[in-house]
Amino acid sequence: MSNLSKDHLDYLKKERIKKLSVAATQLSILILLFLLWEISARLKWIDPFIMSQPTRVLKTIITLSKDGSLLLHTGVTVLETVVGFLSGTILGTAVAIVLWWSEFTAKVFDPYLVVLNALPKTALGPIILVWIGGTASSIIVMALLISVVVTILSVYMAFQSTDEDKIKLLKTFGANKLKVLKMVVLPANIPSIVSALKINVGLSLVGVIVGEFLVSKAGLGYLIIYGGQVFKMDLVMTSVLILAAAAALMYISVAWLEKKLTKMR
Amino acid sequence: MEKIVELKNVSMNYHSSNGETQAIQDISFDIYNGEFVSIVGPSGCGKSTILSLISGILKPTSGNVFVKGAKVDGTSENVGYMLQKDHLFEWRSIIKNTLIGLEVQNKLNKDNWEYVNQLLDEYGLGEFKEHYPNQLSGGMRQRAALIRTLAAKPEILLLDEPFSALDYQTRLAISEEIWLIIKKEKKTAILVTHDIAEAVSASDRIIVLTNRPAQVKSIYNINLTCDTKTPISCREAPEFRYYFNQIWKELDVHV
Repeated sequence: MSNLSKDHLDYLKKERIKKLSVAATQLSILILLFLLWEISARLKWIDPFIMSQPTRVLKTIITLSKDGSLLLHTGVTVLETVVGFLSGTILGTAVAIVLWWSEFTAKVFDPYLVVLNALPKTALGPIILVWIGGTASSIIVMALLISVVVTILSVYMAFQSTDEDKIKLLKTFGANKLKVLKMVVLPANIPSIVSALKINVGLSLVGVIVGEFLVSKAGLGYLIIYGGQVFKMDLVMTSVLILAAAAALMYISVAWLEKKLTKMR
Repeated sequence: MEKIVELKNVSMNYHSSNGETQAIQDISFDIYNGEFVSIVGPSGCGKSTILSLISGILKPTSGNVFVKGAKVDGTSENVGYMLQKDHLFEWRSIIKNTLIGLEVQNKLNKDNWEYVNQLLDEYGLGEFKEHYPNQLSGGMRQRAALIRTLAAKPEILLLDEPFSALDYQTRLAISEEIWLIIKKEKKTAILVTHDIAEAVSASDRIIVLTNRPAQVKSIYNINLTCDTKTPISCREAPEFRYYFNQIWKELDVHV
């Protein structure tokens, strides 16, 4: 560090201060919001029975933790989501490989995929419920359905935009289609696949929550719908906040994985 | 000298929904073992198509291409192809990049691995084996691309404007280097270029093509008097200007 010029050290310091002030402001906004919420509830500007309040949320978290149901419900939702986005990404990539392999298949299925992509998959909820039954499997299928079509389309598009000259290069050595797939198309598009995985975290969470609204007896979606029905707004707010935290955590983990993978390249 | 590549009345048409394009029409020429031959012609005249036909990734509409006396049918291990850019795979280290051809041909073994290592050491990339392409300069990348081609031990090298993506100084330096490597490894080389000076300075013969559909317009034997016969020193030769002007006139460029 000693060989850095004073100018450069000043520059680094300024950059650090910029970064810190952004983080500090972000944190302040969050704290301010919660404070405002708490104060307005205490001063009866808002009705805490309908709007809940941070201290009530905290109490709810404590009661739920004591009987272990907090862990259970969060765990169920997170597990369903993870299975959903992983299977959505894997299945989507597999289908994208098939489409890349056979141009004929890709052309035939193009309009079907476009329509499926435009269709709000949540509309299929009741059908899945009837076909598969009120179990965790239909929730996972819901999560899978929401993420798989987007994955197919985006990964296939990435496959198609693989550098033609890199493929030509392998062909000049006499490569067959499988070699081209394994040596160029897949490795060149790992960033696109991981980025699909990242998008799928959010998408399959939508699927899981909708699924839990419809069928489940456990999970954060279940807590939200149950809380709403019996008018326990504390429970609803608590579940939504925990859901936000879980979603952020999953997203951050995948983003971390992405960073690791791109570093390896 | 023995013929190593023969084109006999080769024509090539491309088809698309917009119609049919005749790229090359009735081209015949021979290339001899150890020669350095350049193909020059107006841009878009089908020069690269000829290389694709020799390499076997395209099939001619009519006529035949022979490499070492055998009719070309698909790619052959006798022919190495260098494209316009280096196309190193950024997710592979330099050594793994140079082994790509052998990997495709399922010829990865200890002997070949040692041969590639030796090439890398000999041509100044020894310290960079475990580096990644983005850590190398343009010239070094081009050298790595040449070693990738040489690794599969081809006898004929097809060079498709391999330096056109480089800046002028690097281009002069790297074409000199690669020319020396090709001569040292005793390969036959066919260079496609639109740079007349590059063609005159490096080649034993130059084939000039017409506008599309490409036909052979003329063939020049290049005899330059220079002490050490390398591309850069040959640019000093008294005959250099003569050949340059002749070919420039042949190409009949109108802007």
